[in-house]
Amino acid sequence: MNLKKFKIDFKNKKRLIPQVLTIAFIFLVFAYFSYNAQINMGNRGISFGYGFLSQEASFDITFSMIDYDGSYSYGRAFLVGLLNTLLVSVIGIIICTILGVTIGIGRLSQNYLIAKAAEWYVEIFRNIPLLLQIFFWYYGALRLLPMPENAISFGEISFLTIKGWYVPKFLWTNFSIFFYSLIASLISIFYVFKYAKKQREKVGKHVPAGLISLSILIILPALTFLIGGVTLNFEYPELNQLSDTIYNFKGGISIIPELISLALALSMYTATFVAENVRAGIEGVGKGQKEAAASIGLTRGQILKLVVMPQALRIIIPPTTNQYLNLTKNSSLAAAIAYPDIVLVFAGTALMQTGRAIEIISITMGTYLFLSLTISVLMNSYNKKMAIKEK
Amino acid sequence: MIKSLKTMIFVGLASLLLVACGQGGGGAGSKKSKTLDNTKKAGFVKCGVSQGLPGFSNADASGNWTGLDVDVCRAVAAAVLGDADKVKYTPLSAKERFTALTSGEIDILARNTTWTLSRDADIGLTFVGVNFYDGQGFMVRKNSGINSVNDFKNGISACTNTGTTTELNMRDFFNSKNISYEPIAFEKADEVVQAYDAGRCDTYTTDKSGLAAQRTKMSAPDDHKVLPETISKEPLGPVVRQGDSVWEDIVRWSLNTMIEAEEYGINSSNASSLKDSENPQIKRLVGSEGELGAAFGLDNEWSLRIIEQVGNYGESYKKHIADTGILPNRGPNELWTKGGILYVPPAR
Repeated sequence: MNLKKFKIDFKNKKRLIPQVLTIAFIFLVFAYFSYNAQINMGNRGISFGYGFLSQEASFDITFSMIDYDGSYSYGRAFLVGLLNTLLVSVIGIIICTILGVTIGIGRLSQNYLIAKAAEWYVEIFRNIPLLLQIFFWYYGALRLLPMPENAISFGEISFLTIKGWYVPKFLWTNFSIFFYSLIASLISIFYVFKYAKKQREKVGKHVPAGLISLSILIILPALTFLIGGVTLNFEYPELNQLSDTIYNFKGGISIIPELISLALALSMYTATFVAENVRAGIEGVGKGQKEAAASIGLTRGQILKLVVMPQALRIIIPPTTNQYLNLTKNSSLAAAIAYPDIVLVFAGTALMQTGRAIEIISITMGTYLFLSLTISVLMNSYNKKMAIKEK
Repeated sequence: MIKSLKTMIFVGLASLLLVACGQGGGGAGSKKSKTLDNTKKAGFVKCGVSQGLPGFSNADASGNWTGLDVDVCRAVAAAVLGDADKVKYTPLSAKERFTALTSGEIDILARNTTWTLSRDADIGLTFVGVNFYDGQGFMVRKNSGINSVNDFKNGISACTNTGTTTELNMRDFFNSKNISYEPIAFEKADEVVQAYDAGRCDTYTTDKSGLAAQRTKMSAPDDHKVLPETISKEPLGPVVRQGDSVWEDIVRWSLNTMIEAEEYGINSSNASSLKDSENPQIKRLVGSEGELGAAFGLDNEWSLRIIEQVGNYGESYKKHIADTGILPNRGPNELWTKGGILYVPPAR
């Protein structure tokens, strides 16, 4: 950022006065509202403070990625909600990117069927309100799944029921060795690519970096199984009878239907916007660029990878950042279907049990602001990397 | 520069003064009730109710609210405004209810709300009494083979409402039994019922009166039953904002009047004829003796209007809870003279 642009002109008083007055006015409005809140809370005997965060929460949460039960604090409940919000956002962003790019490219396909199918997808899913889509998946589609005793089975290791999707759980021994081997292979892949680039630029020799990296990624972790003492077992979900007619699945990992429907709705809805961004980006690259690339003998794949995509990304990234932010913020609709995100757990249950509306809502708003700004910063730095380098 | 600084300071001070003046009027007045004045000025009582709980507060197709909780608001309207129908109802979720009350959107919360220490003391609310003694129970499918809470096993999934005492009791209960369970908490009661009805959860837990009332909404009510055990005390009652003791007294004694009227056999049809009764306590309740209304700035017929327009507690219970088949048996909500625990201080 160029700070010089904002330099205040102290010499020109006439320009300074309205600015200072504006700032003073904004400050006074804030002061008035906080003063007003303080007085009224005082009149009604409501205290203000964040001390409640360390009190025992005493309510349970369906789904948590960290250790949690009611004996933990409200602060911990906040963390559970935050992680659940992050989980559904990350899943949503990944799926919507894959789906969006595929459909965006599909819309430009020469194949009539593919292009039309992609167009219909975009037009249908972006024109139905998101909340309705969430309701459709949750109350419509997933409520029609069978009870556990009649579960839809995937090769007897994974089961889909109205109570959730049960998948096998990984049971590792010496997981850390495996994990380090993964990191080591990623680092070596980084150097392989660096070396390949150097070779290409200096000597003009083509090094098959992709092939080498893939074999490193497979061989190194595989070695840890053979000689590092790493083992992997699976814990499969098993049908378990609780009473005459009540069954559930025991063991494995249970993915609750609330998460599935929310992630599906969020990613399918946002994918339409990403798809349009991708289409706009690719169409935004001049036809001459492609023709020029073809005339020097590049293949279609090379044209897309080396000429079209680098330029298209510059158009795609900024609006797609907005869509990622929207997806993250839209995940707060979780409260409508009992997915325990930060709004349901913290701005819902915790707010009710403590009655500390101002404190809890301010923390929640601050959290969303922080999340959105973080995504912005990450995407902006990526955008900067892809932008045209002016010299 | 100096001149502009002066202007700035002047503007700043003037704004601060304005802020201070705006607050001056809002001070405490001990005998006068701001809520009562506002209610009389508006011409209706602002009453917060549930989003639909048969028997307690439920709207029919044309938007008329009826129920045991609704009758508390109607009683206050009859006492204060002379007409029980002058009530504006605001349906609230469990989550919204207290904020709506403390922020002044409503003046009475009559929404099957459990009286607890932390709610009473911590968040600027005052409970004025109990209009229904309830307890938390569980509902299961009849064919499930579960006949008692002792039949629950690890892994059971239980649906309930967020932001309720139910959610906390459920945890206490399953913990004490050492059962691991899956809690699924929805914001609206209708969503809980739907989830349980569809089979998302194995049991539905809330106040027993709520279970009985919600069962009527299910696709096949006869397929479900409420387990005999009660796992908690849930005294439900109307709530007001802290800090307006006159309004608090009006609501408290409107409720008490209904209960005491039943105790003395006064009902909506015989109330006016009892003005010449021999019993001084009956005469006080129908306003022909004493000056009870003056204590909170009302006329002397306030209690008579409550009994005439809304009825006594027994009439209200019969009309909304018993005759609708929700809970035909009054259980603890019977008068203390008839083996229940309804016992209110005397109106004298």
